[in-house]
Amino acid sequence: MSIRVGKAAAAPAFPIAAHEALQNDQLRRNVRHATNVIRTKRALRVDEMPDWQQLRQAGSDLKQHTLAHLDHYLEQFAANCEKAGGKVHWARDADEANAIAIQLIRDHSANDPHPEVIKVKTMTSDEIQLNPALEAAGITPIETDLADMIVQLGHDEPSHIVVPALHKNRFEIRDIFRKEMNLPDLTETPEDLTAAARRYLRERFLRTRIAVSGANFAIAETGTVCVVESEGNGRMCLTLPDVLITLIGIEKVIPRFADLEVFLQTLPRSATGERMNPYNSLWTGVTPNDGPQHFHVILLDNGRTQLLANELERETLQCIRCGACLNACPVYRETSGLAYGSIYSGPIGAILSPQLQSLDHSRSLPYASTLCGACYEVCPVKINIPEVLVHLRGRIVRGDQKTLSGKLSIENIAMQTAAKIFLSRRRYEAAQRLARIGQSLFERKGQLVNLPGMAGAWTATRDLRPIPAQSFRDWWKERPASSKGAAR
Amino acid sequence: MTAREQILATIRGHLGTQASNPAASHALIPATYNRIGRLSPEARLELFLDRLTDYDSEIHVLPTSDAIPATIAQVLATTGETQLIASTAFPSAWLPSTITPILDGNLSIEEVGVAQAVVTTCESAVASTGTIILVHQGAQGRRLITLLPDHHICIVRRDQIFEHLPEALTPILPNARLPITTISGPSATSDIEMTRIRGVHGPRRLTVLIY
Repeated sequence: MSIRVGKAAAAPAFPIAAHEALQNDQLRRNVRHATNVIRTKRALRVDEMPDWQQLRQAGSDLKQHTLAHLDHYLEQFAANCEKAGGKVHWARDADEANAIAIQLIRDHSANDPHPEVIKVKTMTSDEIQLNPALEAAGITPIETDLADMIVQLGHDEPSHIVVPALHKNRFEIRDIFRKEMNLPDLTETPEDLTAAARRYLRERFLRTRIAVSGANFAIAETGTVCVVESEGNGRMCLTLPDVLITLIGIEKVIPRFADLEVFLQTLPRSATGERMNPYNSLWTGVTPNDGPQHFHVILLDNGRTQLLANELERETLQCIRCGACLNACPVYRETSGLAYGSIYSGPIGAILSPQLQSLDHSRSLPYASTLCGACYEVCPVKINIPEVLVHLRGRIVRGDQKTLSGKLSIENIAMQTAAKIFLSRRRYEAAQRLARIGQSLFERKGQLVNLPGMAGAWTATRDLRPIPAQSFRDWWKERPASSKGAAR
Repeated sequence: MTAREQILATIRGHLGTQASNPAASHALIPATYNRIGRLSPEARLELFLDRLTDYDSEIHVLPTSDAIPATIAQVLATTGETQLIASTAFPSAWLPSTITPILDGNLSIEEVGVAQAVVTTCESAVASTGTIILVHQGAQGRRLITLLPDHHICIVRRDQIFEHLPEALTPILPNARLPITTISGPSATSDIEMTRIRGVHGPRRLTVLIY
């Protein structure tokens, strides 16, 4: 199996990448500004909904139900899509999905040795690294979402699942466009930058015969696919070409058409703080005389099925990719998505990325959290991200404890010792006495500084008070018997 | 084992045996959110107008459908647009007599490309979100003609406006397999420093005529 999540397998651990990101003041200013704007808008649009909590609950219930019957709904979706003229392909992993896409593009462009495809924003294609695979096969992918274009033209990585170029400001974007579009006089106003993108893509929309898209929802009952967007690039790609290839993660299926009434209320408000995003496109198979006459769906597993066995881990698959947890996360807001080394960043990325890769990669991400719970509070499908983070930390530790190097690691020995100490009052009090003597070596101005070993990482950036000279229990013991009676 | 068989087998292996049938257990999911609006028709219209304005849409509230052709002519005249496209199924009595419209049955991308404006009807609309829902058949046009022109003029009947999304989706259900587009204001992006810019690839102007 070649399960892949972007370039996560080769990425440095979070603390290393985060340290680098924290040195980049411009990056931090850009991320702070963008997340502040979205958070404020989201709060405004959520607060005006008297039934928000009911909608969250319904979204969570619907997703839980779907995942519990995932085989049924996938088969139903595939059957209905094919009945309407679509062709459904199944891909176990990234390589298989890429190979199917490349073969389809080849089949539909027999006379063109170097075909181009236009793409609607799809994080799933970044997950399987479709663009590098297409390029290696002589196919040119053209990203059409403005933010994706900025990332592609800037040879950059997406840093947010909804606004992938949120780490770039207008001047940086102007410089990329000036260079890549050959527009030396382009100004940095968002109006001019947007107009440049419109001109650059218009002709490509009209001439390109094959499009690749992702999907927000795949409806089992009707075989319908739904794409949620703002700019109209989605409508262009879904309408103008002859051939449409849609890549869908298997968790995107929902049971019934009417279930959209929940998700189309919660997704736009959570993602961009809009009551409704400018455009939603829905289509079912092939419609004669309207839109692409060849429609292919690639249903992608790539590690998803492995999350189904455990009910807590399964919750991860409820995600509708709104990005609200990223904007709310105090860690993401400081480090940006780039520090996560995965195209799925922030709190949801910290649980999704390692699990898709069977905890073989992105292992530092479950620790990239303060467990403050802000992500859970804003999640429109109520994924209990902090609980999953703690669960994954436990899995990683238990896995490490099975290896010899893990058994002998200082952390494991320290934790095992601590566990023994906490189990016995006698040992606990003895350890307290010992620590009181030992800590005097490190005490400066009422704080412990420069503790040895792993504890030094804590004291390097945080205040730590010394253990007081007398514990509560000692104090209680020493009080005269008369004052130990009933409270006054 | 094919990929399909293997994926389905893995899912079944992890989920175990199913206790209930999916349709029965789906029906048990409570829908306690607001599904039915409570506003009067007047208040509902007010809400719809407020939301459309918020998205920078242009609005004309007409006393009756008789005012439609003259209003279309007037809307086009403000920017000097002369190339108007509509579906062959669009009511000819609603087209302004001042111009010769392009009628689309099965025109090519190039032929549609010359149109500056498009006029369509809609299937339903959502007041609370300012959303218009097109089911692409008849007078609502093919997807292509509603997309390439820079100006979309959409005609909404008062009784097509619902307060909430769930109600507005109900009339769509019988035609759910046709292409559907929901439109909330002109195309827009916030990808550059979260500054909302109106008009990217889709129509940069949206005019709503309500009768």
